[in-house]
Amino acid sequence: MTVRHALLAAAILALIAVPYAITEQYYVNIASQILLYAVFALGLNILVGYGGLVSLGHAGLSGVASYAAAYLLAAGHGHVVAIAGALAAGLVTTAGFAALSLRASGISFIMITLALGEIIWGLAYRWISITNGDNGISVATRPAPFGLSLASADGFYDATLIVFLIAVAACAIFVHSPFGAALAGTRDQPRRMNALGFHVWLIRFWAFMFSGLLSAVAGILFVYYNEFISPQALALTASAEGLLMVISGGAGTLLGPVVGAALVVIVKNVVSAYIARWNFLLGAIFVLIVVFMPEGLVPGTVRLFRVAWRSARRPKPATAAAAATPAGEPKP
Amino acid sequence: MSALAVKNLSKSFGGLRVTANVDFAVEPGERRLIIGPNGAGKTTLFNLITGELTPDAGSVLLFDRDITRLPSRNRPHLGMARTYQIITLFPRDTILRNAMLALLGLSPLRWNPFTALQRQQHLLDAARAALARVGLAEMAERPLAETSYGEKRRVEIAMALAQQPRVLLLDEPFAGLSIDERRDVRSLLSSIPRDVTVVMIEHDMDTALDLADRITLLHFGEVVVEGTRAEVVADPRTREVYLGE
Amino acid sequence: MTFWLLLTVNSITFGGLLFLLSSGFSLIFGLMRIPNLTHGSMFMVGAYLGTTFLSGTLGFTLDFWAAAVIAALEVAILGALMERLLLRRLAGQQLAQVLVTLGVSFMVADLCLMGWGGDPISVATPAGLGGFVRAGPAVFPLYRVAVIGIAVVFAVALWLMLERTRLGAMIRAGVDDPQMARVVGIRVSRLFTIVFGLGAGLAGFAGMIGGPILSVYPGLDQDMLPLALVVVILGGTGSLLGSFVGSIIVGFIYNFGQALLPELAYFVLFLPMVLVLVLRPQGLFGGQVL
Repeated sequence: MTVRHALLAAAILALIAVPYAITEQYYVNIASQILLYAVFALGLNILVGYGGLVSLGHAGLSGVASYAAAYLLAAGHGHVVAIAGALAAGLVTTAGFAALSLRASGISFIMITLALGEIIWGLAYRWISITNGDNGISVATRPAPFGLSLASADGFYDATLIVFLIAVAACAIFVHSPFGAALAGTRDQPRRMNALGFHVWLIRFWAFMFSGLLSAVAGILFVYYNEFISPQALALTASAEGLLMVISGGAGTLLGPVVGAALVVIVKNVVSAYIARWNFLLGAIFVLIVVFMPEGLVPGTVRLFRVAWRSARRPKPATAAAAATPAGEPKP
Repeated sequence: MSALAVKNLSKSFGGLRVTANVDFAVEPGERRLIIGPNGAGKTTLFNLITGELTPDAGSVLLFDRDITRLPSRNRPHLGMARTYQIITLFPRDTILRNAMLALLGLSPLRWNPFTALQRQQHLLDAARAALARVGLAEMAERPLAETSYGEKRRVEIAMALAQQPRVLLLDEPFAGLSIDERRDVRSLLSSIPRDVTVVMIEHDMDTALDLADRITLLHFGEVVVEGTRAEVVADPRTREVYLGE
Repeated sequence: MTFWLLLTVNSITFGGLLFLLSSGFSLIFGLMRIPNLTHGSMFMVGAYLGTTFLSGTLGFTLDFWAAAVIAALEVAILGALMERLLLRRLAGQQLAQVLVTLGVSFMVADLCLMGWGGDPISVATPAGLGGFVRAGPAVFPLYRVAVIGIAVVFAVALWLMLERTRLGAMIRAGVDDPQMARVVGIRVSRLFTIVFGLGAGLAGFAGMIGGPILSVYPGLDQDMLPLALVVVILGGTGSLLGSFVGSIIVGFIYNFGQALLPELAYFVLFLPMVLVLVLRPQGLFGGQVL
C-alpha cells in the first residue's frame, strides 16, 4: 500500500512539474489536452467500464455543455454563470439521454445513444440562430479564478490539472464505494442484483448522471481550451474517440482511460504532423485493439508483466512456493 | 396466517399455459418441497412468486400482504430471498464480495457513492459470518472464478441466507452436485433455523424428500397432489406422473 | 399546391433510397444482431466507385446503370470480405463486432478522402431520365420518379427472395431464431457472409442511385448511417416491411422537416424514433421478417 501511495505522490509531482520541465508552449498545450480528454474518458468509463453500458453519444453531452458556456459568454454573461449554465445544460441533457436509453441495454443501448448523440450534433449544425451552425461560436476570454489568469498555456494547464485530479479522486472514491460496487454488480448480473433488492434502473441512471457530469466538465474545459466550439466536437467521431480512449487504455480500470487519452491525443498530434488526417489510424487502432487486446493496454500490460515476473522467478525453486502464494497473504 | 400463499396463479406464454390456477399456502417455519418432472412449470412458478414474471391472473401473498403487483426488487426488503438453479453470481469478484453484495442489497448504504465499501466493518463481518455458516469462511478472499461448482452452490445459499429472509426460495439447490457435495448442502439446509420458511424446488422426488414437511407435486403447470411427505409418496397420482411418461 | 406535390414526390424518392440502404442494414441486424456501422460507408463507397466508372479516369467510361451494378458488386465483395476476415474472428462477441465496424468506418472514410478528395462530386443523371414529368400543374424530375420505381422493384424482388427461395427461407429462420437455424443444419456462418455481402451491395447500389440527387461528398456516410438507424428502430430489426414503412416515414419527415423547420429538421427526424422507443421498443414491425 505504501508503495502505491509513493507512486501516486510521484505521479502527481511529475504532473505538477510538467510546465516547469517543458518550456515549449506547444507541448504544455498537448499536456492540457491529454488531461481534459482524460476527464472525458474517465466519465465515459464510469458507464462503459463499470456499468457495462457502451455509449456512442457522449460527445453530445460534453458538446451541450461547451455550447451552453459559449452561448452564455457570447450573450455577455460572466464565467460563473456560463460554467453553472453549462453544467446545468449538460446534466439536463444527460437525464434525457438516460431516461431514453436506459430502456435498453447492450447493442440497443449503443444504437440509442448513437442516435441521441446525432440529434445533438444535428441541432448544433442546423439550429443556426442559436449555434451559428458550421461557423461555431468563439469564446473571447478564459476565466481568471482567484485572480489567476488561465490565458497562458501554463496557467490553463494548472487549472486543468486541478480539475483532472479532482475527477480522478472522485472516480476512485466512486468505484470503491458501495454504490460503485452496486453499479459493477448491475454490469455483471443485472438479474441477480434485482433479486437481491437493488433498483437496477435507478443505479444505472445515477451512474449515467455522474458520467454526464464529468462529460460536462470536460466540455467546459474543452471550450475554454479551444476558445471555440463547432459541431465537429459533437460528431460521432468525437464520441468514438472517447470510447477508443476508454477501451484502448482498459475499460473498468481507473488508470486505463487516462493512458488511453494520452495515447489518442499524442498519436493524433504527432501523426497529424505527418499525415493530414488521422482518422484512418484511429480506425485501425480501434480494430487492432478490439481484435488483439480487448482488455486494453493497462490490464494487458499488467498481464504481460505478471507472466514475465513469474517466468523470471520460476528457475529458483526456493522462491517458487512464495510466488505461488498471492502477495500480501501470510503463508499457512 | 401463511408465510407464503399463492392463489389461483396463472401464466401463459403464447397460448401455452405454464402455470394453471396454482393454489397453495406455506405455513411459517414450514419446509415445502415442490416437485415435478421437467416442464412442470416449477421455475416459472418461482419467477412468478419473486416477481421476475408478472402473472396473468391470481395473487401472491407474503405474510398476508398482497405483493402480486410489487416490483420484484422490493420483495427482498420484505424478507423474500431466492437462489437460482443456474448459478447467477458475480464471477469477477471474490466470494466475500459476492456475499457483501447480498447484504448491500438490503442496506441503505447501497446508494452511498462517497464511502469506501472495504471500510464497512459491519458489512464485512456479516458477510464473513454468512460464509462461515456455509463453511466457506477460510476461502472468503478467493475469486469466485477459482471456486468449484459445489462451492458456488454454497455461495448462492450463503447470499440468500445473508439477507436473513423470512421466506427462502431454493431453486434446485442440489442440481449438478456430487454425492459428497449433496451431503454437505443437505446438512447445511437442515441447519437453517425454523424461523425461516423454506420453499424448495427439486426435479427428483428422492433428493430432498427428508428435508420436506409437505410436498406439492406440479405437472404441466397444475398442482396434482399436495400433502405430507407420506401422503404424496403414497398417492397413486404421484406414481403416474413420474412413471407414466 | 405544386410545392406540396413536389415535396411529396421528393419524400417518396428519398424514402425509396432509404429503403435500398436500410433493408440490408435491417437484415444484417436481424440475422447477426449487430448494427453494421459501416453501412453508411458502403453507401458512400458505392457512390464514389460508381462516379469513377462514369468519369473516365480509368481509361474507359461505363454507362450509369452498368457503373451502379459493378460498384454494387464491388461493395458487396468488400462487405463479404469484412465479415469473413474481421467479424468472423469475433463471432459471438457482439460488442467487439460493433466496435470493429465503427473502426472500419473511420478507415473507409479516410481512404475515400485520400482517393477522391474533399470536394463534392456531382453525378450526372443517367441518359434518358434527365427530363420531367408533367402532372397537372406540377412538374417532376423524371429521375426522381424512376428512383421510386427502382425501389419498388427491389422491394418486390427482396420480398420474393425471402418468401420463395431457399436462401430466403434460411434467412428467415436465422432471423427468427439463430440457435434453431443452426440446429436444423443451416450453415449460419456462410449465411452471415452472404447476407452481409447482400446488404453491403444494396447500400453501395443505393449510393450510386442516390448520386444524381445527393451527389457524393466526404461525410455522406455519417449523414446516411443515422437515417438507416432511425428507419430500423422505427420499423423493427430484420423486418422487410418495417424497413419499407420506416423508410417512407423517415423520407417524409426528413423532407418536410427540411422544408418547414430547417433548423430543427434533425430533431424532428429523431422525434418519432424516440416515441417508438418509449411506446413500442421492438419497433413498429419488430419480430416479423416480412
